[in-house]
Order: sequence, then C-alpha cells, then structure tokens
Amino acid sequence: MRQYMSVCLQDVVVERRGKTVLGPMTLELSDAGFTMVLGPNGAGKTTLLKVLHGVERVSSGSVSWSVPSQTAREGQAYVFQSPIMLRRSVRANLAYPLQLLGLDKADISERVTKWAARIGLSAALDFPAPRLSGGEQQKLALARALIRRPNTLFLDEPCANLDGRSVREIEEILREAVQAGTQIIMTTHDLGQARRLADRVVFVNKGQIEEQAPATAFFNAASSLGASAFLNGDIVE
Amino acid sequence: MSEIWAGIAEAFRLIWSLDEDLIDITIRSLKVSLTALFIACTLALPFGTWLAIRRFRYRRFAIAALNALMGLPPVVVGLIVYLLLSRSGPFGVMGLLFTPTAMIMAQVIIITPLIASITHQAMRELWSEYHDLLISFNTTKQQRISALIWDGRRTLMTAALAGFGRAIGEVGAIMIVGGNIDQVTRVLTTAIALETGKGDFALALGLGFILIALSLVVNLTIHTLSRTEREGRW
Repeated sequence: MRQYMSVCLQDVVVERRGKTVLGPMTLELSDAGFTMVLGPNGAGKTTLLKVLHGVERVSSGSVSWSVPSQTAREGQAYVFQSPIMLRRSVRANLAYPLQLLGLDKADISERVTKWAARIGLSAALDFPAPRLSGGEQQKLALARALIRRPNTLFLDEPCANLDGRSVREIEEILREAVQAGTQIIMTTHDLGQARRLADRVVFVNKGQIEEQAPATAFFNAASSLGASAFLNGDIVE
Repeated sequence: MSEIWAGIAEAFRLIWSLDEDLIDITIRSLKVSLTALFIACTLALPFGTWLAIRRFRYRRFAIAALNALMGLPPVVVGLIVYLLLSRSGPFGVMGLLFTPTAMIMAQVIIITPLIASITHQAMRELWSEYHDLLISFNTTKQQRISALIWDGRRTLMTAALAGFGRAIGEVGAIMIVGGNIDQVTRVLTTAIALETGKGDFALALGLGFILIALSLVVNLTIHTLSRTEREGRW
C-alpha cells in the first residue's frame, strides 16, 4: 500500500528582489486525489508548486512533509510549464529518472517500453526528444515524471497549448495515476479541465490563498469575491 | 616564392619516402600533445562544468582568472616548469627536465585553462536549460555534472579541439623544457624552429605542411566520429 504524504506550509513567504511574490501563506494538503491550484496570471501558482516541491527558496516560514524530507523528495515528481527535454533520445529521456534510482536494466527497459506505448511514442523511441512536437514533448515530460511511480505529482499547466485529443489523453493518464494512488497537485487555466478533474481547489490571488474548498462546493458557490469573479469569467486583477 | 614550392616538394618527398626521422618526429608530436590533451580534459571538463553549476563567493573572480589564464604566454609557462624541474628546483630529483614528460606537463598547464573556459561557457548555457529538471530529480552534484558533460559532449569536443590545436602548434614552452633533443624531445614545431634557424627553409616548410595536415586530419576525424554537423543541435 502506498503511503500518502501530507504537507503543511506554515507562514511561508517567498521574496524575489525585495518583492513578496507569495505569502504569508499557511496551507495544509493531506488528501489523495486532484488538488487544483487556480488563479490569475502572476498570482503565485507556479511559485506555490515549486515551494511544495522544495525547489524554490523560502524567505521565511516552513514547509514540512509528514515523512522525512529525503523520502518526500524521492516520492515527488514535477512537470514544468514548458517541458524540459534532455538532449537525448526519447528512450534515454524516459530511462533517466530510473537510472538515477539505480534500477536494473531489464526493469528499466520494460517500464520504458510500457510508457512509450502509453503516450503513443513507441515508434519514436530512438528519435531525439528535443525535436518532438510541443504536444509530444509535453506527454513525454509527463511520462518521465510518472515512470518513477511518484507519491505526489506536481503539474504546472500540463495541457497548455495542446489540442482536444491530447488533452483527453493526458487527463486519462492522470486519472489512472490517481487511481493508482498518486496525489496530484496541478495548476491550470482551463476551467473546464478544473471542473473535470478537481477533487478540491486552492484559489490563489496576489500571492495569497483566497479560498480553499472541495471542488463541488467551490464551483457551485465560491465564497470569496476573487474566486467568484474568476469563475464568472471576469478579469481578476 | 621558389622556397615555398621547394617546401611543398620536400614535404611530399618526405611523406612519400616515409622518412624515418619525420615519422618519428610526427609520432612524438602526436604522443606529447594527445597525452597532454587527455590529461587536460580530465581536469578541465569536470572543472569547467563544476564552475558553471556551482555558486560560491569568488566565482566571478575565478571565471575572470580562468579567462585570463587562457592567454598564458607559453614561454613563461616553459620558464616556470623549467625552474621547477631543474636540478636545483623542488622537483629536480625526479630528473624530468628535457624529457617528453616535462613537455606534457608544460602543455597541460597551457591548455587546461583554455579547455576549462570554453567548457564553462558551453555548460552554463546547458545548465540554465537543465537546471530545474535536474534539481527536481533530486540529483547529486556528481550526477548533474555527468549529465551535463554527457549531453554537452559535442560542444565539449570543440573545447578539446581548441586545446589540441594550441598544444600541437605550441613551441615556446616545449622548446625550453624539452630542449629539442634529436630522437628524444624533438617534435614538429621545435624541428621547424631549428630548421628555420639553420636556414633549411625547404625542410622547415615541409614539416610545417605536415603539421597543418596533421591538425586537419585530427579535426576531421573527430568531427566525423562525433557527427557534429550531421545531427544538428540536440
């Protein structure tokens, strides 16, 4: 059985060049399933994800996981807004995170074959990854994150610039991952996608959490002004 | 003008007849410079990469110093290595002066900063691309360095080639520490200097053409092996 990791942010503040971009923020996430981080551009969604992942330096406050930090880091994966491709083949890109774990070759090649088929890139295994199309790179980045079977997966706009079919494929993969026990924390601009996937919503605006609620409650009746304006399609500044 | 033609003719004659001295000198040249290149690369590639990914207090100064060392005058390097290895110097007991080993040492000192500096520039770019991903994968410093070196291997080849070019064409330092001793430390460049001094321009030119040809062949071989131009940038 997989171990769910819960995370607790305590008065976290992130400053960049003397400007506060996030916080002070206190947040606790403990359930499995989809947590959707919504909010306008520049609200601090990406920063929040990076703080949770532990790759953003926190100016003050603390981030604590329910498991030792090393275990927490090993159980996490992150898919960036613009996919970062290693300058290698598709196969090598998929294999890299597994090689870091020190798995044996047979196991690695089995998982790589499986995931390449899963994202429809079986025929392109030996193709250089940086020359794939944007959508294929996006899918490859997702597969490379999931191939480690992470406990927690962070996704930053995984479906930006993708067409309907690719979005459907990606959402399908994400649902399966959640069923397998992965906790997903993602940002999106696509309200339709948020409605389709979210179990709970964290609404961020101007570096602050304006609302945190279960998805149904949030979409039916958002209590904060910012969130209801956002849901109504008004421009939130 | 006639000397140039005579030089070309002499060069062809020497190569055609597989002149024993010439082959000997050429092989020694290659041996010294390739060994120096190998040692310099094992030092400079990881160091340049480390410099690109590591933030520390005097980093800016270290990079400026490294770039300045690229222009290190070979004669001065030769002088310093000479002083270190001479009988009265700290390493005099090892008896290395006027041996190929001394020449290799001098060349390593000359080309390491050059290779490290080019490596640093190339790796800085690649690192800014990979930074988030490798941090996210929770990689150790060593894993990061090896990922960067492996994926940047084509640019690193250029750095190595630049180093090789400088080593094989260098004369000031190896003349001083090697002594240009026939059969022992005479290489192409020192032989050219000697023949020019003696007034044997034809032989000097012949050796010069061979040196240039050698450089071309090594460059082309490495390019072909690494398929630099064929696969584009990835």
